[in-house]
Amino acid sequence: MGRIDTRVWLIVIAAGLFVCLAYVPAIIREGDLGFAVSDVFLYEAMINGLLLGGVLALLSLGLNLIFGVVDVVWICYAEIVMLGMYGIYYLHSFYGVPLLIAMPAGILLTAIIGYAVHELVIRHLLDSAPINQLLATGGLLFFFQSVATLAFGIDFRNLGVSLGSFPLTEDIYISWSRLAAFIVAAACVAGLYLFLTRTFMGTAIRAISQDREIMTLMGAAQGRLYLISSAIGGGLAGLAACLLVLQYDVHPFVGLSFGPITFMICVLGGLGNMVGGFIAAFILSELIALGGYHFDLEWGYVFAFAFFIAMMFVRPEGIMGRRS
Amino acid sequence: MNSVTLPVAFAALLVVAAIVGIPSYPLHIMIVILIWAFTYTGWSLMGRFGLVSLGHGAFMGLGAYATALLWNYAGMTPWLGIPIALALAALLAVIVGYPCFKFRITGHYFALVTLALTEVVRQTVIATRDHTGGSLGFTPTPRGNDDTPSIVALQFQDKETWFLIAVAVWLVGLLIWRAVDRSMVRHALDAVSEDEDSAAAAGINVTWEKLKITVLSAVMTAFGGAMYVQYQLFVAPDTVSGIGISLQIVFAVVAGGVFTQFGPTFGAIITLLLAELLRIYIGTDAVGLDNAIYGVALVLFIVFLPKGILGSIEDAVRRRLDRQVRSSATSGA
Repeated sequence: MGRIDTRVWLIVIAAGLFVCLAYVPAIIREGDLGFAVSDVFLYEAMINGLLLGGVLALLSLGLNLIFGVVDVVWICYAEIVMLGMYGIYYLHSFYGVPLLIAMPAGILLTAIIGYAVHELVIRHLLDSAPINQLLATGGLLFFFQSVATLAFGIDFRNLGVSLGSFPLTEDIYISWSRLAAFIVAAACVAGLYLFLTRTFMGTAIRAISQDREIMTLMGAAQGRLYLISSAIGGGLAGLAACLLVLQYDVHPFVGLSFGPITFMICVLGGLGNMVGGFIAAFILSELIALGGYHFDLEWGYVFAFAFFIAMMFVRPEGIMGRRS
Repeated sequence: MNSVTLPVAFAALLVVAAIVGIPSYPLHIMIVILIWAFTYTGWSLMGRFGLVSLGHGAFMGLGAYATALLWNYAGMTPWLGIPIALALAALLAVIVGYPCFKFRITGHYFALVTLALTEVVRQTVIATRDHTGGSLGFTPTPRGNDDTPSIVALQFQDKETWFLIAVAVWLVGLLIWRAVDRSMVRHALDAVSEDEDSAAAAGINVTWEKLKITVLSAVMTAFGGAMYVQYQLFVAPDTVSGIGISLQIVFAVVAGGVFTQFGPTFGAIITLLLAELLRIYIGTDAVGLDNAIYGVALVLFIVFLPKGILGSIEDAVRRRLDRQVRSSATSGA
């Protein structure tokens, strides 16, 4: 029971922080509670934060799976997303492949990259210090970035496809692509949960994430399960790329802008805990959105990262995690 | 390999070379290498004990920006500005380091917390763009032709002066490395990196020992940042902080060797020379090729040469010497 209590307290504190961050700056600036509460653009910012949370949740999903199962931090994960975005961009804009074919191709590409990363690099480092695994994927980060620079140049490229937006009320418009990202993220969490709990393969993956040595003795094919998890993780990066490419420009350094926040979400949620990651994505995205609305987008990120550091001291095992 | 004579001899050699005369382009490369080598040495003080920080961009950025901002806005000479910047870096190291060590945040959790720290500094610099110039970078006001002497502004027109400063700074860095290597802190932290619980049971104050080395490392890195901005007279958030620069620091040290005195220097030489050579011989078409090579090399190093190039060479030499000693001992007996 004690653990549940802490979680409830955390949610109460987070909600309090959220309300403070939402209203207090406006109250201080305008000196009027009524104005602060009825500010339409504040609610637009909140909704956009919620939708950004969907994108971040989707981004962190594959990383979280790999984190949880293989117990390796892929620092280069956001760069795999970047390669997926380039793949879709080139197939569609250069070779005229319809988006509905280009997107699955992008997912396949990143799944293959995920498979290769495990087979070529991580497999050899399973028994070395965690920090060495992290640094090796840091090397891959440099590699992917520079390969993209060499192959595609440093220009910002835009797919030029927009899904448009629809009005929620008179003043608040919602972008279809953000809403799509949100829905896909939710569907993926549900799908991944069902896969992990309802299928034989999923059960095997969960088992091996609990104890690598014992499960191998019991006949689980460790190497194959790790490869499958890495490929699924890579494929989820491709799925995130499909939705990101509709909203953002592609350039070789795009991974740096959302890579760090993705790791923070995984750790904040509790490593390998999908539900925790989902919640953490929304907490951080609201911090970013509200900080961005009242001050500056960068201040939003400063708040989110500072919040992450503080949370690591309070609850290093993550919001939903269990201390090992 | 750990001595006073070798670094001093190298430094003397460099000074003589500078007096004899080095063309300005190689001189520039050497200054940059020496300043980075100092920063890398600062990182390796922590890295060798398994305290892998991805947050040194934060300290470097703080050192560079605090020094430059104090000069531009408060007219404060770097002779005062740098100590203030170093004090701020030490404070930041304590604020983040103390809870980290107190709550036993180690391994990749430590790396990720420090990664968040470097992002906090980078985003803060961008967010305060009215004063720092944001992503476009920041230029310390040139001394101009008014009566501020260049020694007060710590801005020198000639590269020779900078070269001598860089050699001195680098030499001090190596001597600090040596002092740590011979200190009790080193033995304590070696024990801690093997097994924290046993070390604590043996009477080592784990939090305090780690904090000491972290503050030292942070201050050195901030000083490296201050030197960088004084020499280049330009600083941008992405060149001194953020995930890219943090990984660059780690990579260079791992490549050179984290356990040897000259390892970080060696790492600085090979990484910067590689970038320069590729730039000269292949030209701007190859922008990014150096990083592609680094990336693959970093992976290969970690898989095959975890001790770095220089560390592995030293190991091989030591093993051969051991064998010779042993064989001569057996033949003598």
